[in-house]
Amino acid sequence: MECCESRLLTSRRSLLLGGAAFAAWAYMPKFARASDGRDPRLIAVILRGALDGLATVAPVGDPDYAALHGSIALSVSGPHPAVMLDSFFALHPSMPEFARMYKDKQAAVVHAVATPYRDRSHFDGQDVLESGFAGPGRVQSGWLNRALQALPQGERVSGALAVGPTTPLVLRGPAATVGWAPVALPQADDDTAMRLIELYRHRDPTLAEALTQGLALEKTAQGGDMKTKPGGAPAQMRNVARGAAKVMAADDGPRIAALAFDGWDTHANEGGPVGRLANLLTGLDGALAEFESGLGAHWRDTVVVVATEFGRTARINGTEGTDHGTGTIALLAGGAVKGGRVITDWPTLKAASLYEGRDLAPTTDLRAVIKGVLADHLGLSARVLADAVFPDSGMVKPMQGLIA
Amino acid sequence: MSRDPQAALIALNRFGFGARGGASGDFVNAASDPRGFVKAELARSSGVLLELPALQSTLALAQEAFAYQFEVKQAREAAAKSAQASEAAPASEPMQPNAAKMQDKPQAEPPAQPLNVIQKTYRAEALARLQRAVLADCGFTERLVAFWSNHFCISAGKGALARIWAGAFEREAIRPHVLGRFADMVKAVEQHPAMLFFLDNQQSLGPNSRAGLNRKRGLNENLAREIMELHTLGVGGGYTQEDVTSLARIITGWSFVGRQGILGTPGSFVFNANAHEPGPQRLLGKTYPAGGVEQGEAALADIARHPSTAKFIATKFARHFVADDPPPALLARLHDTFVKTDGDLKALSLALVDSDEAWSAPPTKMRSPYEFLVATGRLLAHVPEDPGPYLNGLNVLGQPLWSPAGPNGFPDTSAAWAAPEGMKLRLDISAQLASRVGNTVDARDLLQSAFGEAASPETHRTVERAESRQQALALLLMSPEFQRR
Repeated sequence: MECCESRLLTSRRSLLLGGAAFAAWAYMPKFARASDGRDPRLIAVILRGALDGLATVAPVGDPDYAALHGSIALSVSGPHPAVMLDSFFALHPSMPEFARMYKDKQAAVVHAVATPYRDRSHFDGQDVLESGFAGPGRVQSGWLNRALQALPQGERVSGALAVGPTTPLVLRGPAATVGWAPVALPQADDDTAMRLIELYRHRDPTLAEALTQGLALEKTAQGGDMKTKPGGAPAQMRNVARGAAKVMAADDGPRIAALAFDGWDTHANEGGPVGRLANLLTGLDGALAEFESGLGAHWRDTVVVVATEFGRTARINGTEGTDHGTGTIALLAGGAVKGGRVITDWPTLKAASLYEGRDLAPTTDLRAVIKGVLADHLGLSARVLADAVFPDSGMVKPMQGLIA
Repeated sequence: MSRDPQAALIALNRFGFGARGGASGDFVNAASDPRGFVKAELARSSGVLLELPALQSTLALAQEAFAYQFEVKQAREAAAKSAQASEAAPASEPMQPNAAKMQDKPQAEPPAQPLNVIQKTYRAEALARLQRAVLADCGFTERLVAFWSNHFCISAGKGALARIWAGAFEREAIRPHVLGRFADMVKAVEQHPAMLFFLDNQQSLGPNSRAGLNRKRGLNENLAREIMELHTLGVGGGYTQEDVTSLARIITGWSFVGRQGILGTPGSFVFNANAHEPGPQRLLGKTYPAGGVEQGEAALADIARHPSTAKFIATKFARHFVADDPPPALLARLHDTFVKTDGDLKALSLALVDSDEAWSAPPTKMRSPYEFLVATGRLLAHVPEDPGPYLNGLNVLGQPLWSPAGPNGFPDTSAAWAAPEGMKLRLDISAQLASRVGNTVDARDLLQSAFGEAASPETHRTVERAESRQQALALLLMSPEFQRR
């Protein structure tokens, strides 16, 4: 019922169809303008709802894949052929931009990956994915925020935007973040705001802090072009990424940011080369393309990490969809990525290999992938990564060679 | 008469939707007998139902929705046919290929389309709920409705049926049991067509059922998982993936009748034996013998009385009303009440009001956007006639009515609603509202009706020293006393 949505959910919510949220570190890392010229940009994209990794990067070379994924399995022939990435894996046809980046060695896939979480609750799974702790329930800060605390803090950024009522957990924490909600709402005047902040300072310091931040962000984001554009979830995802790329491209714009897209919980009628998941992947692919074009010359120094809380069942369920699973994919894109590869220790889809007889077995810890990026792209030490960023993860070594 | 101004604030704001402005006398009444003020509504158990001539049943609404969808489909097919026909025909005036189109679509903006029946119903249901909340004496009952409705949420964003049914679902499955038994609410919710549609259960077929074998389709675990994770036991409540799959099998066949009415009246709950997985099922250590709808009803009855459920519900209930981290003594008391009364939700509500903790815990919770907007309507004594401004406000503030992003409902922690952007937007909305109505009210009087002598000197001063009536009202609405509860 798109007609109802567009009519009733006016204003901000309509921007958020597909549930997009964006937030960034309020400071530049000091090495952004250091003499060695390194100026890395990092964007973490969280897909909430559990992406079907087997439907996005399909192991068409695995003899069990087609039967398990049944009517929604991808094929390299037919009207919407999947794109072969190597001799074994094929990419969903809705992701031509990612395919191009992959061919240009600016994109990579890590397959059969999972966080340490092994149950199947979205909300707990997202906690683990975003908090960086080994178990759920720790929602005070996210791994990206704790990574920022280990970076040398430089100047404050001038422009940033965030969409969504709250900062995504991955970027929540002590390191200051910025956000902005684009709404067509007349703003309260500064005098009223200042009086209120004064009252809050005396009676409610928490609200004083929150409102002060909220006002500061609005200012930095003014002049940004985030007008609502018609279209479904793919267009919304593109729009958010376009706005984000614009502020991140500025010389004094944010370098490190997080973006979350909701809606990947494809229990029913997931669709194969076309359909519901295909539609979402079109949006994700468009968002990556917006980052590439919006960041311009900075794309060369950029890594986008795309991750999700867990995968989905290897076998489709009774309603042409997939239920909550375990192993899935992580995607890397950007000029700084050593791409053109599907990195995996493939567990196979044989019945005996499936995790608990139903899910793609995870053979790579997602933390190893993210640690590899944080180490080689932002220069974080293995010790900081093992203690602060991903607590108690000394056993999980940073993956080598992800960065060009 | 003794007066306890701080307790009045708790009665009005923690339990209710805030004091009404005008001559309501709410603050004085609440101050003289805070507990009695809150409990008075619970004594009128019929007051929780919402029945108005304008509001239709799920069944009647299904007919409307099906008829509307059929109409749209026919119109679309007719349009496609005529488009094909005109494509096939040679262009009569090749020099002016756009002439016909120009006539069809004049340059001016097309007139706004009238609301369809889905949208009209959603707005009528929203209006009825808002009016009830704005007019209620204390609002405790309506707060309870909102709490349970969010606990057992559906999302209107799922599609036409969810949107047209969102209000009816709350009226039919939630309200009758808000002061009744938890197990009855669970059953009413999980058998309501809106929930079955929202979590896909009408599509779930027993793999060995007749329909499953014929159509080569099978289970969908969505509803079964959320029943255990979100509605009853809670995450970590002692169930396994096996239990999820088992419950999914047990409730196969729980569906609703479609437009053609093959299995009964369109839009009604139906147990479709053809889709039900045959055989006994083992769930949470107990075997449920083969059977029909009663197999699932027995399972739900047990889950609703499971020790994990009592713990999960007690915690969520206390977290909503009292504090993000509720006092353990309060949790213990609510838990015991739930267990001892077999999930009597009126007893649970009374236990909360009778506890000391609920009255001594400082007001650390943020009002949700819905609570904030309703409290504003009450303070301004403005009975809504058009739900539009409220619905827009809720959209802007991130709590679109009956449309949470996921089946876990809207967040219920202070941090979620006190985020920087959220506060900025609340201020913008308060300022906008104050600019429209601020010159007709005196914020100093409203401050008195809302908080009496319980308002802080700083808030008094801030309101009194405002540079305009409008600014004074905006500051009052944004004051910690009005935002926190």
